[in-house]
Amino acid sequence: MRIGTLKETYTADAALFDSQTQKAWLAVAAALLVLFPFMASDYWLYLACLVAINVASATGLNILTGYTGLVSLGQAAFMGLGAYTVAIMQTHWDTPFWLNLLAAGGVAMLGGIVVGIPSLRVKGLYLAIATIAASFIAHFLFANLAITGGTGGLSMRPASLFGVALDTSFRLYWLIVPVTVLMLLGAANLFRTRIGRAFIAIRDRDISAEVLGIPLLRYKLLSFGLSSFYAGVAGGLWAYFFRVVTPESFPLLMSIFFLAAIIVGGMGSILGGILGAVFMTMVPELLKLVFDLLPNSAELVVFLSPVRTIVFGLLIIGFLVFEPHGLAEMWRRIRRFFHLWPFRN
Amino acid sequence: MDWAFLFEISLTGIASGGLYALAALAFVMVYKATRVVNIAIGELLMVGAYLFFTFSAMFALPLWLAIPAAVLGTGLLGALIERTMIRPLLGEPPISVFMVTVGLGSVLVGLVEMIWTADQRRLPDFMPSQPIMVGEAFLAPKVFWGAVIAVVFIAAVLLVFRFWRGGVALRATASDQAAAYSVGINVPRVFSLAWVVSAMLAAVSGIVVGSIGGISSSMGVFGLSVLVVVIVGGLDSVLGALVGGLFIGLVEALAGAYLGGEYKLLATFIVLVAILMVRPYGLFGTHEIERL
Repeated sequence: MRIGTLKETYTADAALFDSQTQKAWLAVAAALLVLFPFMASDYWLYLACLVAINVASATGLNILTGYTGLVSLGQAAFMGLGAYTVAIMQTHWDTPFWLNLLAAGGVAMLGGIVVGIPSLRVKGLYLAIATIAASFIAHFLFANLAITGGTGGLSMRPASLFGVALDTSFRLYWLIVPVTVLMLLGAANLFRTRIGRAFIAIRDRDISAEVLGIPLLRYKLLSFGLSSFYAGVAGGLWAYFFRVVTPESFPLLMSIFFLAAIIVGGMGSILGGILGAVFMTMVPELLKLVFDLLPNSAELVVFLSPVRTIVFGLLIIGFLVFEPHGLAEMWRRIRRFFHLWPFRN
Repeated sequence: MDWAFLFEISLTGIASGGLYALAALAFVMVYKATRVVNIAIGELLMVGAYLFFTFSAMFALPLWLAIPAAVLGTGLLGALIERTMIRPLLGEPPISVFMVTVGLGSVLVGLVEMIWTADQRRLPDFMPSQPIMVGEAFLAPKVFWGAVIAVVFIAAVLLVFRFWRGGVALRATASDQAAAYSVGINVPRVFSLAWVVSAMLAAVSGIVVGSIGGISSSMGVFGLSVLVVVIVGGLDSVLGALVGGLFIGLVEALAGAYLGGEYKLLATFIVLVAILMVRPYGLFGTHEIERL
């Protein structure tokens, strides 16, 4: 049993990881992440890469929606911006992948700031609808500009690292997962700084935050920019992963998926973003596995896609009605149980 | 410039805008009474249309039975939604309730695909098919009769909610919930009423929209245009829903005729952004004053 947490300095209080147990478990998790590609099959590696990309993007949305309180349904469009940036830079100028990824983040960031401009005047759900508008305009541009290859999209060569082409899930894993981990660390640290705390103040009450001396426009735009940067880099990774980018790759449904992921995971919590993205990416796959186990699966396979749609909706509704703080809260409850054992919490 | 063509296009636009206005009215009713942004309005439309399809094409019921049955069925669904999903979230932040309706939309699409498959289907014809001429301009009969139905229902709803007790209760709840409680209005029942009426209106517009363009599980996209309409008009304004509906119908028709079909949604969304920049609460929406 662990009793309370005694902290004697501000540094200890603001530390990213506060206990030895936590550090030990994180080390275990890191070791597992390194060992995973050597043990898992191609299918699971493919899923792991997909999950990592979704985690990065969901974390970006969490910065904007979970921490700053600005609801956005444009995350997929920003991912699209990133993906197209990578595809265009690679096919036209053949630049190295790290530069492409940074540029993807940068371009998406600019896009995010432009979309965020109305956020000072337009609030709440009006803003959410305005971001839907942005994502439709982005879709239109992807489909109609000359440089984006029209509705057919762009296909690209795999990224290469030290002359090795990253063309299998195993090789891509070593690009995607480290980048995602880096971005997660960045996000977790962001909320120990002035900027992150300003975001939280804006979420809790934006007028009060302004009274306290936080310039609303600058910080809201910054939040939009950072969130879109995450989306852009995730989109760039997405482009390297699938190697075909079309306007249909980033539908409104994908933005809804990310919003659902942070709601299911827990808004305003880095762990929530991770858990939510993992969970929401894995559920359709688990459903497929369950369907394969059913006796007459060949006939039932037509029901797979509708069942996925229904389960997706039910998860959103169920979490909001029964567990509004999401998986992160469940996780905290479990942890508390073990901390306080043998007493009841 | 061909003025006759412009007139014809505008007429078609305004006529199809009537349907937007009807669906937007359904949306605004729920928003005014319960402050819920129901993004699943397009999916409710779809359910109404599919129920009508089931009653008339599969059970072969006569029209005068099939249409009320579909409308009542959707109303029942509205009541069910309100009781199971919306009421437990009373007092939660608006984003949560909004996301619940997003989930609801997904569930409804899945159910429709499961029961009726995702194929496009045609509703039985029930509107007269002689072409309508307004002066020199030709108007597709289905669009014309659709607009007529929309106008009739909008008028009926406005009258009913002006004079019926339940309608007065709904307007009282919309203007001040606490005061409505204190004069003895059963506010939770008003919430149910708003959802039921809204779902029924959605079913009516779904049946009309479906008989114009056919029904499929992606029919909910119509709801996206309705969303634009209510945001342009102002979420809590009935007048806004009507004006916005006609306006967006007009914009879509003009963009479709002069720029091409793929510009329709783009044009409406650009109009949306432009209006939000000038009037963040829509054309006729209430500008809420924030207090600390």
